[in-house]
Amino acid sequence: MAEHIVPTRVYYTIFAILMLCTYLTVRIAFFDLGPLNVVAALTIAVLKATLVVLFFMHVKYSTKLTWAVVLGSVFWLGILLALTMSDYLTRAWRTYG
Amino acid sequence: MTTALVPARHYLNDGYGIKSWLLTRDHKRIALLYLAGVTFFFFIGGAFAVLIRLELATPVGDLVSDETYNKLFTMHGVMMVFFFLIPAIPSVLGNFLVPIMIGAKDLAFPKLNLASWYIYMLGAAFTTYAIVTGGLDTGWTFYTPFSTVASTSAVIPAALGIFITGFSSILTGLNFIVTIHRMRAPGMTWFRLPLFIWSHYATSLIMVLGTPVLAITILLVAAERVFHFGFFDPAVGGDPVLFQHLFWFYSHPAVYIMILPAMGVISELIAAFCRKPVYGYPFVAFASLAIAVLGFLVWAHHMFVAGISVYAAMIFSILSFLVAIPSAVKVFNWTATMYKGSVSWQTPMLYAIGFIGLFTIGGLTGLFLAAVGLDIHVTDTYFIVAHFHYIMVGGTIMAYLGGLHYWWPKISGRLYNEWLAKVSALVIFVGFNLTFFPQFILGYLGMPRRYHAYPPEFQVLNVLSSAGASILGVGYLLPMMYLTWSLRYGRLASANPWGAVGLEWNTTSPPPTANFAEPPEVTWEAYDYGSPAVVEHV
Ligand SMILES: [Cu+2]
Repeated sequence: MAEHIVPTRVYYTIFAILMLCTYLTVRIAFFDLGPLNVVAALTIAVLKATLVVLFFMHVKYSTKLTWAVVLGSVFWLGILLALTMSDYLTRAWRTYG
Repeated sequence: MTTALVPARHYLNDGYGIKSWLLTRDHKRIALLYLAGVTFFFFIGGAFAVLIRLELATPVGDLVSDETYNKLFTMHGVMMVFFFLIPAIPSVLGNFLVPIMIGAKDLAFPKLNLASWYIYMLGAAFTTYAIVTGGLDTGWTFYTPFSTVASTSAVIPAALGIFITGFSSILTGLNFIVTIHRMRAPGMTWFRLPLFIWSHYATSLIMVLGTPVLAITILLVAAERVFHFGFFDPAVGGDPVLFQHLFWFYSHPAVYIMILPAMGVISELIAAFCRKPVYGYPFVAFASLAIAVLGFLVWAHHMFVAGISVYAAMIFSILSFLVAIPSAVKVFNWTATMYKGSVSWQTPMLYAIGFIGLFTIGGLTGLFLAAVGLDIHVTDTYFIVAHFHYIMVGGTIMAYLGGLHYWWPKISGRLYNEWLAKVSALVIFVGFNLTFFPQFILGYLGMPRRYHAYPPEFQVLNVLSSAGASILGVGYLLPMMYLTWSLRYGRLASANPWGAVGLEWNTTSPPPTANFAEPPEVTWEAYDYGSPAVVEHV
């Protein structure tokens, strides 16, 4: 398989964005956004993870099969989160005992 | 049938000495390294079971203290689940057979394969260290908050051991997936694959998708013990039930890591000893994938009494019932395969028949447990213990032993004593049922699991169970002895002693290091008993 050559400029740019995001996460933590605290932190985290997967892990330049594996994994994480939330979001309504 | 003599050069005599084994990259030798590992831990786990059944022979807790008893059932569970049941079939039989069955020289990543064995042994070393330095008393499930704040036993080394071993599972799964995709011989299309391969493919998906979740969860438990993070501690905003969600997200599918490869073995055995193609091949193949996927959607049936939402419980209950469909497809299709087959009752077939019966009982009682109302009645009773032993011991171990007997001539180049083997299969079947059937009744009557003492009215059934366990123990020691004996004194096996179809029977017993004298080309369908191309081969 021919390796896609990525210019180092891309890596430095992504690294800078990641650092910026980290700074943002720290700054946001000083504001109380109420229920949006978690949303804000997780949005930034997901953005960072996506950048790492796409560029540092070269998924952006990879075959369709690699994409299928990545999306499949994200989908499986979705199963874990969605079905777990089916408990947490409805637990207040009624539990056994 | 060709009565090929043992080849002059094969994988067992291709290099001698300890280094040729410990640094091997041959999947067949790595399979034997795994065989040594899982057999060792099986007997360690079995020793704990012996002590448990001895304690329970009398109602009063007299043999061991309550705390020691907690450690006994925990270490029995941990050893059996993580170091025997999960690796047993994929890492021993799968490792040996996946490349041969698809006509490949080896797995896609031979060094990674060897690495996975070392990782397994390293993980086992950590957990063994936990056992000898105070033991573990959390139950194999590591439930919080007990495991994070209350237990004074060696939780951290045990957790690290399981974390480490997880990676051997992930690497094995990865290796199988890539191998099955990329290394099939010319002509070996997806629908010509033996069902053993389909089931190992499905198993590998679970290993790759599920194991990381367990690894990180168990690491969180260790981290929480050390740093008091509070993931699972309500005092600082955590939730102990979150641990159960994360734990069972892997640990329910883990049951399918144990049972799917077992089902693959059974498909091979039934076809070979009925001399017929497996009835409804594509349905059995896709049932494996369906079980793998559905298996990820049912985990909270372990948590109906843990304080989860009623509505979530309903969803998980319905989804749990769905798993019965692909499981039943398999059982019905095996039965249909036997119909009008020319059945021969050799040892592996006895195990296969045993598997079908015991798996059916285990599976059907699983439906009881998927029903929320009934589950609440029997949660944490011996009913659960009986149910999962029917699946894991009656299912996985029966298939493992059946497969080990079926492929033993291929692995070792020797035949075992058929009469002794049949007697052992029967002893195991009787011993197993005597051990675990009374536990269904005990549980339904309300005997809770994980106690070292119980009310005297439960003694008769417990004595039956303990008696059965001693018979079962003999049944497991016998194959250990006659199979070892056969290595040196057994009659030499031909290339295809069963007259079976499949690429593994088209090479010598034992196979050469490269598996085949020349790369095979497949021109026949799976289990094509009776077709000229195949008859010529056997
Ligand atoms: Cu389950």
